[in-house]
Amino acid sequence: MKIRIPFLFLTIFFLAIFLVFYKGLQNSNIYVPNNNIEKELPNFQAQLFDKDSEILLKDILKKDKFYLINIWASWCVPCREEHSFLIRLSNQKNIEIVGLNYKDNRQNAKNFLKELDNPYQIIISDKDGTNSIELGAYGVPESFLIYNQKIIKKIIGPLNNKLFIEIKKIIK
Amino acid sequence: MASLIGYYSLIFGFCFSFLIIFFSIKNFRDSNFFDSKLISLSFLQFFFVTISFLGLIISFVNSDFSNETVFNHSHTTKPLFYKISGTWGNHEGSLLLWLLVLTLFIFLFLLRSKNQTKQYRILTLLFQQIIIIGFFIFVIKTSSPFNFIFPIPNEGLGLNPILQDPALAIHPPILYLGYVGSSIIFSSTLAATSLNYISREWAHHIKQWVLISWVFLTIGILLGSIWAYYELGWGGFWFWDPVENVSLMPWLALTTLFHCILVLEKRLILTSWVVVLSIATFTLSMCGTFLVRSGILNSVHTFANDPERGLFILIFLFCLIFLSIFIFFFFHKVKTKNINSIFWFSKDASILINNWFMMYFLSVILIGTTYPIFLEVITSQKISVGPPFYNKLIVPFLIPFLLIMTIGPKLKWIKSDLKDKSYLILSLIFSLIFSILIIKNLNTSFLANTILITSAFYLFFSTLREFFKKRLLNLSQNIAHFGFSLLILSILFNNIFSTEIITNMKIGETFENKNFKINFVRVEKKDEQNFKSIIGKFNIENSNGNIEILRPELRIYNQPNIMTSEADIKTNLLNDQFMTMNLVQNQDYFNIRYQIKPFMVWIWLSVLLITFGALITLFRSKYEN
Repeated sequence: MKIRIPFLFLTIFFLAIFLVFYKGLQNSNIYVPNNNIEKELPNFQAQLFDKDSEILLKDILKKDKFYLINIWASWCVPCREEHSFLIRLSNQKNIEIVGLNYKDNRQNAKNFLKELDNPYQIIISDKDGTNSIELGAYGVPESFLIYNQKIIKKIIGPLNNKLFIEIKKIIK
Repeated sequence: MASLIGYYSLIFGFCFSFLIIFFSIKNFRDSNFFDSKLISLSFLQFFFVTISFLGLIISFVNSDFSNETVFNHSHTTKPLFYKISGTWGNHEGSLLLWLLVLTLFIFLFLLRSKNQTKQYRILTLLFQQIIIIGFFIFVIKTSSPFNFIFPIPNEGLGLNPILQDPALAIHPPILYLGYVGSSIIFSSTLAATSLNYISREWAHHIKQWVLISWVFLTIGILLGSIWAYYELGWGGFWFWDPVENVSLMPWLALTTLFHCILVLEKRLILTSWVVVLSIATFTLSMCGTFLVRSGILNSVHTFANDPERGLFILIFLFCLIFLSIFIFFFFHKVKTKNINSIFWFSKDASILINNWFMMYFLSVILIGTTYPIFLEVITSQKISVGPPFYNKLIVPFLIPFLLIMTIGPKLKWIKSDLKDKSYLILSLIFSLIFSILIIKNLNTSFLANTILITSAFYLFFSTLREFFKKRLLNLSQNIAHFGFSLLILSILFNNIFSTEIITNMKIGETFENKNFKINFVRVEKKDEQNFKSIIGKFNIENSNGNIEILRPELRIYNQPNIMTSEADIKTNLLNDQFMTMNLVQNQDYFNIRYQIKPFMVWIWLSVLLITFGALITLFRSKYEN
């Protein structure tokens, strides 16, 4: 019969989709940090926050050094909560904090830093949110702990005391 | 007590499914006439599900916390209105509502299809019963709303405060009427395909159901969008959140289906389109339920992450898909004698082309929504797909879509030549100049915006002219298309002209820029039945010296203990002023977000206008009957 081939094809196609959804259901817990560990960082061109020039992400992050990429925005309320931890972290010797200013108005962001102090060594600005997508972020705030240009920990949501202590342990 | 009655009448309703199937098959084989017993049985099934639903409502109203659903989602201090709406504000209750609408619609279908043949009616009933049985098992087995808990708690856990809102109280039932309406289209298309019954008369008969579901689905989506606009406090109306996408996909399929049915009614072509789209609409609705309820996607609507429920819907969904594929391939016959090739320059052709565009939009959204799941399963990578993806892929294709929408309705069926050529060109030039004048002084990307706005204006002016030219001919279509052009224009202007200020202010401070001055006058505190509120008072003085007072509000709910921010919105025909206020922790500063959003109200109005167009068609076809 003529109709057999498309019929079989469609059936197999939907079976495959079924399997994928079935598998997806089993690891439906959304936040799994383990999988991201040791993942190679994407390298992208980023706009610098205070200058009109661009820079490659890998040029910011040197090897054999710890970095925390922190995605933040002035309109984001939890970012205010975590800011004190960032300041405390920036006083640590062996880590540098890279800010990624997400979908923000530059003036508002500047006011934000003026008011709460600036923990960032360098800030890149992500006007349309595409850099964050490349990093694999879900939203703001989010932080990535980087070592040797690899993500070793991903923190979704604001930093808190527990996470702060954990990070301090890792970088020692 | 009410829970008990509810539970048993649910079981009773379930038993009726088997009675109906038994008598349907008997009637299908043995008799030449439709057995009116089936209508009574369907009514009784509907009746028992209604009793069950009322039982749940009464449990909610009485705050009967021996019922697990009530305990999880209600609280004694909640106002009565939200106690009632809490019935469907949770997973279990909303599924019971699905079931209620499913049984209601098949009963109405049987009442309203008296002119159709016996076999077709019975087969539709049978297919619908398959869906109904699936939902009965789902409700009773995995998500019964009538579970008891012992010892009986004194107080419930409360309904999520952001759901305590009038628009959201009626949003789910209306959306479900749309979703479930598509189940009737699904069953009847499968029935018509198996019986080779697809004809122009059938198209005329099913058109009503398509329109009814379409109207409900549209209003449901609109209500959700309005709610998101003023309640979530982000100042946007569409976020490309998976849950929104999931409701938009059946909407696109249904809109395309409606246009195909119009062609089918006129010419008896595009039958395969109609069958596939009817199947797609319902399976996409189901797929949406799966994506949202199983916890496979994370979103505001995720009720509970219970893999067992997800698995059940998944298996059920794919059973329906395989059933439909089977019926489509082995029963669907294209009536070859009726196939006249479609002439490229005709109304049919333009509908067909735009159907393909709609399918393109649909696939973009489908891929954007489900691709992260696929990627994660196959490579365990995680990505998030956001608005830039959808905007970049959808917006450019709106241009040819709008142009074809302008020219298509002016063509005749089957074959036509273009009249009014000079007028069409003139109005295109006119729209172009008009858009250039608007865009000229702005620092947005000039070319892209001008072309987009030109094509939207083109549709706008040409539909506007039809109102004066043809008066009542094609009125409904013209209203709907006019509404669509208005919608696109308002969204574009809203995006281009919006301004936004985010700043931190203390009480008594003033913020000033060249267009306006914001003065934070004071805050007031108030105690309400189930929340405390802090209301800020702001004077906003624009450059003409007019003063507006805005009062954004912070609500601290007691059960559960959640803080929400209520935007204050001043709406007028030209723009919306939108202000939200947030506490800055441990400081006497408030975070203020002030936005001016032009043409906001026109987005809602134009969607209502489109719906109004559909309603006119609906009543007209009723009248003709």
